[in-house]
Amino acid sequence: MSRKFSPKVVTANDLLVGDVVYFTAADQWTRNHTEAELIEDEAHAQIRLLDASAQRNVIVGAYLADARAGDHGPEPVHFREVFRTRGPSNYAMGKQVGERPGPRS
Amino acid sequence: MYSYNDFDEAFVRARVAQFSQQVARRIDGSLTEDEFKPLRLMNGLYLQLHAYMLRVAIPYGTLNSRQMRQLAHIGRTWDKGYGHFTTRQNIQFNWPVLSDVPAILSALADVEMHAIQTSGNCVRNVTADHFAGAAADEIEDPRPYAELLRQWSTDHPEFQFLPRKFKIAITGSPNDRAVTKAHDIGLRMVRNGRGEPGFEVLVGGGLGRTPMIGQIVREFLPVADLLPYVEAILSVYNMLGRRDNKYKARIKITLHETGRDEIRRLVEERFAEIRPEFHGHDQALLDDIRAAFAPPAFRNAPVDAHTAAQVAPAYRAWADTNLTRHRNDQYAIVTVSLKAHGDTPGDATSDQMDVLADLARRFGHDELRISHEQNVILPHVHKSDLPEVYAALKAAGLATANVGLISDIIACPGMDYCALATARSIPVAQDIATRFDDLKLEHDIGPLKIKISGCINACGHHHVGHIGILGLDRAGVENYQITLGGDGTETAVIGERAGPGFAYDEIVPAIERLVLAYLDQREGPEETFLAAYRRLGLAPFKAALYPAEGAQDAA
Ligand code: HEM
Ligand code: SF4
Repeated sequence: MSRKFSPKVVTANDLLVGDVVYFTAADQWTRNHTEAELIEDEAHAQIRLLDASAQRNVIVGAYLADARAGDHGPEPVHFREVFRTRGPSNYAMGKQVGERPGPRS
Repeated sequence: MYSYNDFDEAFVRARVAQFSQQVARRIDGSLTEDEFKPLRLMNGLYLQLHAYMLRVAIPYGTLNSRQMRQLAHIGRTWDKGYGHFTTRQNIQFNWPVLSDVPAILSALADVEMHAIQTSGNCVRNVTADHFAGAAADEIEDPRPYAELLRQWSTDHPEFQFLPRKFKIAITGSPNDRAVTKAHDIGLRMVRNGRGEPGFEVLVGGGLGRTPMIGQIVREFLPVADLLPYVEAILSVYNMLGRRDNKYKARIKITLHETGRDEIRRLVEERFAEIRPEFHGHDQALLDDIRAAFAPPAFRNAPVDAHTAAQVAPAYRAWADTNLTRHRNDQYAIVTVSLKAHGDTPGDATSDQMDVLADLARRFGHDELRISHEQNVILPHVHKSDLPEVYAALKAAGLATANVGLISDIIACPGMDYCALATARSIPVAQDIATRFDDLKLEHDIGPLKIKISGCINACGHHHVGHIGILGLDRAGVENYQITLGGDGTETAVIGERAGPGFAYDEIVPAIERLVLAYLDQREGPEETFLAAYRRLGLAPFKAALYPAEGAQDAA
């Protein structure tokens, strides 16, 4: 029996800003992990990765990351992905304070 | 200080213009990421975890106040008001937006700086002793040679696509502060029997996944032979270096696989071939460069102010740890610690950079240095000015008296920024510094170098830390491996693994046990951690790190 597929989201970085983004079921990019499409099937995951990568003038480096269903939508599994939803731990910068890259406005 | 000539200026400006167009073409879709990535990396632009990162070279770690001020300006205008100084004497900006990068590069060009060759398989920023030109123990200022190497290696057509990145470090002093033995080429200035200066040439040092100490390929290289000899090494490497396997591509592996004697023979053979092609043009250039590095006009004045200020314990403590003997008795070398307890090693805010620029201009003959230990140096401060410099540093949060102590930690960006990281390193450094500050033990412990990397690439030099910490991902959790007894100086050694790693919340207590064991076992305060380790070996430290196992063994 093949190993159970662990659910995924498609994630990447925004081309212009570098921000971490997630692919939604509506082919849009969101900065919020909970709004990502949670993909439960391996073949579908490959197709969604291709769909996402096709938007090559919007994002950079799309890949599949493990995720699981949470109360408010998909949640990251690995600590690296948890950090990517927030920003660095040494400063209150990045998404944890609602910031994007670039100077503070 | 060296100033760009017309050629340098035109070259850097042309590169900015080219890259501006490349960015525009990426944004409008005419370049794909696969096409654009090598172009952006050639200009120091990486994509990290949360944003782009721009890596700017600070050649041989030397800056003037105008340049430092410009770095502050860049941080403030296009980033979040700070910059990160790295072990390779670069500064990294962590939050630029792609469309702003051309403007940043243009602002850098305005002060004769750039981000060229800060990535890729080429000769990277040549690093040097951060006390160059000021150190009391120096044979000669190594920076003119570093500058010569910089000019020669920049855009060198033969060496843009080496098997792998290539790092050269140079020191003019017998006390090696430039970690020359852990570089692809290490150049250590020595004198021959006739008292003439030359270089001991080391090849094949490097950290990363297969750490190695460089081996001597030439005991004495006359200074006039520097370029042809380095060129000979590079061309031998360019031929032999393995392009089939990224992990075996560094020259350390080439040296290891080919053998030092054979490499030496090939280098000498190639050297004999190309030496006649150098007709002295490089030496004429070197003379011009040397003139640009002439020592400043040192002042002659009483130093009583410094002596008097030492009655204040805080000033005294700072003077003890952060000042180094200058070749001119009336002067001191000031190391400004970027390691305030609990702060991020190597980070300076734009406001702090402005303060440093201002101090360099007013009290430091307009010179600043960045050390591989992620601190900033004012290399020439007259002792009478030290109290004023101290007061200004203190007001800016820059007067931490901890240089060379346990909280003066090197840490790479780790998983807070770096896309290659397997674990975080910054918070570990912050917690160790804060913990030992709370314990008030730092000054008792004395000289101790802790170095932390967030993955096997070893950007944080952990292999040559007296205590090295390597962050790994073990089954989806952060795990930290300790190495002991490393040394990055002229007596360089790669540290020894102490045993199994520690979880994130166990690593600081583990370091504490280790250091307490040292305090317990040392012969006296004059025996440093490293000396004690060399005397005692791994066993007592291992017992402190893994007490439960010791108890089991005893049972
Ligand atoms: C985007 C961030 C970075 C990336 C992608 C990166 C990548 C790498 C890689 C792949 C290696 C291993 C090379 C090899 O073994 O062949 C390495 C080594 C190294 N890097 Fe970095 N690095 C980054 C940031 C830094 C920073 C911030 C510093 C300084 C604090 C630094 C300094 C070094 C040093 C000193 C080494 C080890 C010396 C050696 O090359 O043998 N790097 N880096
Ligand atoms: S050691 Fe690893 S984690 Fe740290 S900066 Fe280098 S590549 Fe990144």
